[in-house]
Amino acid sequence: MKLPGNPKVRIGICVFAFFALVALVGPYVVQNLMGLSPSDVHTADAMQGPSGAHPLGTTATGEDVLAQLVVGSRVSLLVGLVAGLVTTALSVLVGVAGGYLGGRADSVLTVLTNICLVIPGMPLLIIIASYVQGRGGWLTVALIIGLTAWPWGARQKRAQTLSLRHRDFVTAAEMTGESRWGVITRELIPSLAPIISVSFLGAVVGSMFADAGLSFIGLGNINITSWGSMLYWAQNGSALTRGAWWWFVPPGACIAVIGVAAGLINFGIDEISNPRLRKPPKKVRDRAEAAKLRRRTEERAEPATAPKAQEATS
Amino acid sequence: MPASAEPVLEAHGEPVLEARDVVKRFPLHGPGQHGKEVHAVEPTSLALHAGRITALVGESGSGKSTLARMLALAYPPTEGEIRLDGAPVKQARTARGKRAYYRQVQMVFQDPFSSLSPVHRLRYILSRPLQLHGHASGRAELERQILDLLNRVNLTPADQFIDKFPHELSGGQRQRVAIARALAARPKVLLGDEPVSMLDVSIRLDILNLLGTLRDDEGLAILYITHDIAGARYFADEIKVLYAGQLVESGPADAVVEQPRHPYTRLLLESAPDPDREGALLDAPEVVDDEETLGEPPSLVDPPAGCRFHPRCPLAKPVCATAFPPRTQFDDGQWVHCWSYDEENYR
Amino acid sequence: MTTRHQEPLLTVRGLHVDYFDRADPVHAVSGVDLTLLRGETLGIVGESGCGKSTLVTAVTRLERPPAVTTAGSVLFHGKDGAPPVDLLTLTDRQLGALRWEKIAVVFQSAMNALNPVLRLGAQFSDVLRRHRGLSKKEALTRAGELLGMVGIPADRLRSYAHELSGGMRQRATIALALACEPDLVVMDEPTTAVDVVMQRQILRQVSRLKRELGFSVIFITHDLSLLIEIADRIAVMYAGKVVETGPARQLYTDPKHPYTEALRGAFPPLHGPRREITGIPGSPPGLRVLPQGCAFHPRCAHRFEPCDRTTPPLLALGAGEAACHLHQTVRGEEDHHARVS
Repeated sequence: MKLPGNPKVRIGICVFAFFALVALVGPYVVQNLMGLSPSDVHTADAMQGPSGAHPLGTTATGEDVLAQLVVGSRVSLLVGLVAGLVTTALSVLVGVAGGYLGGRADSVLTVLTNICLVIPGMPLLIIIASYVQGRGGWLTVALIIGLTAWPWGARQKRAQTLSLRHRDFVTAAEMTGESRWGVITRELIPSLAPIISVSFLGAVVGSMFADAGLSFIGLGNINITSWGSMLYWAQNGSALTRGAWWWFVPPGACIAVIGVAAGLINFGIDEISNPRLRKPPKKVRDRAEAAKLRRRTEERAEPATAPKAQEATS
Repeated sequence: MPASAEPVLEAHGEPVLEARDVVKRFPLHGPGQHGKEVHAVEPTSLALHAGRITALVGESGSGKSTLARMLALAYPPTEGEIRLDGAPVKQARTARGKRAYYRQVQMVFQDPFSSLSPVHRLRYILSRPLQLHGHASGRAELERQILDLLNRVNLTPADQFIDKFPHELSGGQRQRVAIARALAARPKVLLGDEPVSMLDVSIRLDILNLLGTLRDDEGLAILYITHDIAGARYFADEIKVLYAGQLVESGPADAVVEQPRHPYTRLLLESAPDPDREGALLDAPEVVDDEETLGEPPSLVDPPAGCRFHPRCPLAKPVCATAFPPRTQFDDGQWVHCWSYDEENYR
Repeated sequence: MTTRHQEPLLTVRGLHVDYFDRADPVHAVSGVDLTLLRGETLGIVGESGCGKSTLVTAVTRLERPPAVTTAGSVLFHGKDGAPPVDLLTLTDRQLGALRWEKIAVVFQSAMNALNPVLRLGAQFSDVLRRHRGLSKKEALTRAGELLGMVGIPADRLRSYAHELSGGMRQRATIALALACEPDLVVMDEPTTAVDVVMQRQILRQVSRLKRELGFSVIFITHDLSLLIEIADRIAVMYAGKVVETGPARQLYTDPKHPYTEALRGAFPPLHGPRREITGIPGSPPGLRVLPQGCAFHPRCAHRFEPCDRTTPPLLALGAGEAACHLHQTVRGEEDHHARVS
């Protein structure tokens, strides 16, 4: 697959690829090759700053921060992916079906969407999470996030579908004899693919934020190592007041970098799908500037050539 | 209002597709418009015959597209019925019922840039109708038929076009693909909703000539919707003129253009660009419209009573504002709805 | 009067416009020479992508990036022998003084030309007060007169653009263009969005106003049959170049360039016997990959040996000009060389 030419998208994709790689092979590298452990307690080494033995220092109980960061990335990314998939699938189903079918089906789905939309997301998440706390691992958290985050996306997709619904190519598919389900899966969803992929990305990042938030306030499973639980333990161990920046900055920074990467990809896709936002590359702009008729700055060397009126007159 | 079915002309046999006294009114929504309706099509009958092209000529807002879309089952007529092969078409609700109808009746849209999905290749676009209507099974057979369709609409070499996306094609080529897609269902009737008006002048004729070939070789019944009366004369066997939802004149294409009998048809012909017309624009014979109406067709929410053309008509008499005129039939197959041919009532 | 009629108003020489949106610039307009006489209607005709709209946006200095005018001059001649000014070298301030006063533009979409949140009257008086220094009351009176000239009742000044029909909006933009009695009105497909009957009425009005006010018109359209009726002279564009110019009648009765001839033949006639007519084979070329030599040669029925190698220059021919090898090999090579060198 070729990387898209847009530099913003390219940077964003590289960042995501980097984290995916870390989550995939990182734990093996730090645990087996570097001999670091995310959970071994060494009270003697507690609260050490970065050093050769512990590149990112240690926690209050002497666990290695780098190992925790790398192992935790796997959980954080998994939660994000699964929750993002659930959110996107639900929002596409509800939004596209409602927007295309119209009538009663649309009314029912819209009411459902709106009800779910007005229930504040984070408090709902907190209530459900505190109810299931301790039962199930990261998958439960992912499902909870996924099942509460879809309504916003569903509304967006419904709006987009409404604008596609009366386009000629949709009518043409109907007049080819395509069934409703066929129109949804074969025409509408492929046409919405850019929007769906952008919203999937947003859902992944949003879910990672939600996961970190839940863990941070202690409602996730804090016994699993994730970026959120790292922040929770750092807060618990008063890392901030004790000046142990190496404990809470890395997980926070990772979350922030992923957010920025998602933003970059979003901007980039906007530019691709809306050429008005796109500027030609600087090289081309410079060339255009150079090719411009020199105005104002330069007095015309010779007086304007007298028009040869006789040429065109009859 | 007279509401008689169109007399079947013996020479052309039974109509393939027919609209009988169809009426379309769209209810308006929004503040202050409750209960109001757009009277888009008044009782209108139209018959399409195998191997014949019928042109429906009118300006925007005349209801010509509404009529076509009723024939394509995009929405049901408010009154009246659509008949296919003599049998009334029930508004098919099931996918199977619609599919059976679309096997006989296909439509070509005005804008080839929006009627082809941007995400699919031609291979896919043409394979769907073939599969849905059970005309091809197996990959090799499907491929052969797709290539055959591309050849029939002169997209050659077909094997180079088959894997292209619509955005790689010019407007004329896209319209050929749209025609190929319509042909894939092997229909008897083709509804063309201004199929060439968005295309460049130099390629319009090729598309029209292609449709003409399909009529001659395959006996398709074609409805050609247009605002271009010169193109209709060139291409169609029969011209029907629609004004503000009312059919006002019909007849063989040459007769209608050379001997227009309705004042609106005359206005259309006088307004059409014509390089053969002698003299400058200002010295050209006065177009019948006066400055007051500004050349605008009437509002369809609150249309004029009687003949809807009467506020603009130079021949208007009191009777024109009271009732829609009956049909006056002429020997050459032309007919017209105009009170000026009714000596008893036209005073 | 005839001498005045021969006076040039606008002289375009060697105009080049390129689009800089990808690595290689696209030559949308390459080397166009045109002359518009005072009081004349010059029609510019061509198919989509031939550069006709790019040409007039460059001439009126309304081009937007990525379009860049790279070479040429557009001389606008003042009244009474005042020295001509090159529109391409004017500053924005100097240009602002010419707009509305001397040059006005009417676009295809009236909806884009009119401000949707201002009443018609406000838009008229805005222009009239800024350029004519009228008081608010005088401006509104004048605006009413202007609307009256195009057959719109003055009480419509209180309407918003969306409350008018398409035809009325287009008339209103024409009235607005005439507000400061310009010498030149550029019309870019002004009647493409309206129906034939309305089109005819608008064109009659423009024609009448032109006779009364004496402005010149550049009229752009894809409809050659319409242009033959309304224009004095016509320039035919193909792939960024002017391929033929000439008096409108002559282009109809005796077109020199095969493209003009084919384009004229592509309109079904209203009269005479019905016979099979054909369009032009193929489709207009993309500007990114122009054919070698004469850009029309792949579609041309008369192409011969030099057509795919050398680009024919636009040379005087009869009452007009044509850029076609058919007429050049016959008529003197030296003429050709004189132009090239």
